[in-house]
Amino acid sequence: MAIMRGRASVMTAVAAAGVLALTACSSGDDAETTSSASGDAAPAELTPVSVQLQWLTQAQFACYYSALDQGYYEDAGLDVTILPGAVDIVPIDVLTSGSADFAISWVPKVLGAIEQGAAVTNVAQIFERSGTLQVAFADSGIESAADLAGMKVGSWGYGNEWELIAGMQASGVTLEDLDGGSTVQQAFDMNAFIAGDIDAAQAMTYNEYAQVLEVVNPETGELYTEDDLVVIDWNDEGTAMLQDAIWADSERLASDEDYAASTTAFIKGTIEGCVFAKDDPQAAADIVTAAGSTLGTSHQLWMANEINKLIFPSTSGVGHINEDQWDATVAMALETVNPEGSTIITTEPPETAYSNEYVDAALAELEADGVDVMGADYAPIEVTLNEGGE
Amino acid sequence: MRRSRLNGVLWGILGVLAAVAVWEGYKAIGPAEGVVVGDIVILPRTTDIAMPHTWDVLARLFEPVTRAAGADVLWWAVLQAAAFSLGIAALGWLLGVISGLALALLMQRWVTAESAVLPWVVLSQTVPLIAIAPLVRRWGSEIEIGSFQWENWMSVAVIASYLAFFPVAVSALRGLKSPPAADIDLFRAYAAGWWTTLLRLRLPSSVPYLLPALRLAAANAVVGTVVAEVSIGLGGGIGRMIIEFAATASGDPAKTYAPILGAVLIGLVSAGLVALIGMGLKRFRRAEVTA
Repeated sequence: MAIMRGRASVMTAVAAAGVLALTACSSGDDAETTSSASGDAAPAELTPVSVQLQWLTQAQFACYYSALDQGYYEDAGLDVTILPGAVDIVPIDVLTSGSADFAISWVPKVLGAIEQGAAVTNVAQIFERSGTLQVAFADSGIESAADLAGMKVGSWGYGNEWELIAGMQASGVTLEDLDGGSTVQQAFDMNAFIAGDIDAAQAMTYNEYAQVLEVVNPETGELYTEDDLVVIDWNDEGTAMLQDAIWADSERLASDEDYAASTTAFIKGTIEGCVFAKDDPQAAADIVTAAGSTLGTSHQLWMANEINKLIFPSTSGVGHINEDQWDATVAMALETVNPEGSTIITTEPPETAYSNEYVDAALAELEADGVDVMGADYAPIEVTLNEGGE
Repeated sequence: MRRSRLNGVLWGILGVLAAVAVWEGYKAIGPAEGVVVGDIVILPRTTDIAMPHTWDVLARLFEPVTRAAGADVLWWAVLQAAAFSLGIAALGWLLGVISGLALALLMQRWVTAESAVLPWVVLSQTVPLIAIAPLVRRWGSEIEIGSFQWENWMSVAVIASYLAFFPVAVSALRGLKSPPAADIDLFRAYAAGWWTTLLRLRLPSSVPYLLPALRLAAANAVVGTVVAEVSIGLGGGIGRMIIEFAATASGDPAKTYAPILGAVLIGLVSAGLVALIGMGLKRFRRAEVTA
């Protein structure tokens, strides 16, 4: 090799330099967002904590991003890092492995993990209502869960299917009754639904439902309207399960006083963020977009508005876990049988699975500060979706 | 020389035009519901949602990513993401090549090592990427040495190298063993040691085996980077962009193709860089062997 010389060695050197230069680029910024020091001098000692979201940066998490942007976390003495989720990131695994201090996840998904041995506690139920729908076209003849028999029914799986299956079970429809003998695997987009491969597709009120309304109906040349669609809302069908909740490490809550204090502070900041998003959904949507979301602006605003509907008006203060809802979710988790013939859980979860101790402390502090944590007079705004969500 | 290069460029442009013609041609004459045999769709639908016009995809590149104030124009956002992913892929490629060569040397030096390690090398490629990606991220997050902290992009580079080292290890081993026995005997007759034999005989004669492996490794590193970005959610690159834009697959189908063009671009640039290395090692390339 020592005998290499002349032009040849120059070419190799150029290639090597190219590789090195590119390598240098890769130390770029991550999507993680940390609170930037705002103008006023913050108290010297902020406690660093991190929270693992269950999906990419989007207005679904407007509470957390608003709290970060508006300095509510800083006011509560925290330096919060928000970790966006991804396809293969399971928030509870990240929490139990110690890579994050808190995790956001749906209750039924976590109940399964708790039974498998994960020591985590639901410390605040941010979403009081379920955002999951089953959407069909108005001319499909589908009006309720009972009509799903014989239809091609879409689902994302991975624990997102439980409300659907519970709803069908309640109406006497089994998976074998569906066209194809099971649910159809659904992708992240609604193309299969629009093309007719799926008769009734799973959709979140705040995301996929809007995606359909952002597509031009070839028959009219205008965007699809809500009149073109029928929705099965699991809140109305009585099989809604609890969704976005803040989960904390049970063992650290019991043994680490600082962590317990941080938990209350984190919930407090988050609720303030939710109240901010309720009062100004446009600002909340803009904050999320600025934090790195590439969703279209009208789609983002729609999402922020729909999220508010899942939180407000609150029955007993944002984040407070209502016992009846928790019990209903647990009961369904015990009874709902998935395609493999098993239920989410086989025994009641331990007492540590949820606790109102921290959220109630946070709510008391907020009420003392004069923050409206109930939103009794909350009214959603009207959002006009544009083509492609732009 | 110049003429053949010009020819190459022309053929390249012709290839792109042919691909566009096939796309638009099928879109024009293919049935809207796709070609279905029995229940199986063998050719895709030709609706604008499933197959947007190529010019729509191109035009979309020159519009901003979103209507938000200060949003980048799409092609610039894609280019930035592509550069980010390419950087990580290049690091993954480098790590993969180094570890692949090291393994090949180890296996060439000791026969026992070959019988012990080679099955594991092959086995390593049967582990699905989506299974190891979250594990690498989790293990990485435990690493903290002094002020050094493991970052997510390092996990992606490690995963890319995990795919890249395999062709290098296997082909380099074959290359190192490729000199004919007569040549090796000659070196032995001159009392040349293992080192000298390696530098003067085995490495030069492994080049024809190595170059295709480096190209394969580059392709693997790019795929590994994009998939790992999707898997563990590293922001800033092409993989994450693909997932983010999927939300507009129905409403703005042209937008979803932009990051795919970015991935193509990464592939072309990395192939080009490896070709440069090949030119540098020209004098060792006799008959090139397929990996």
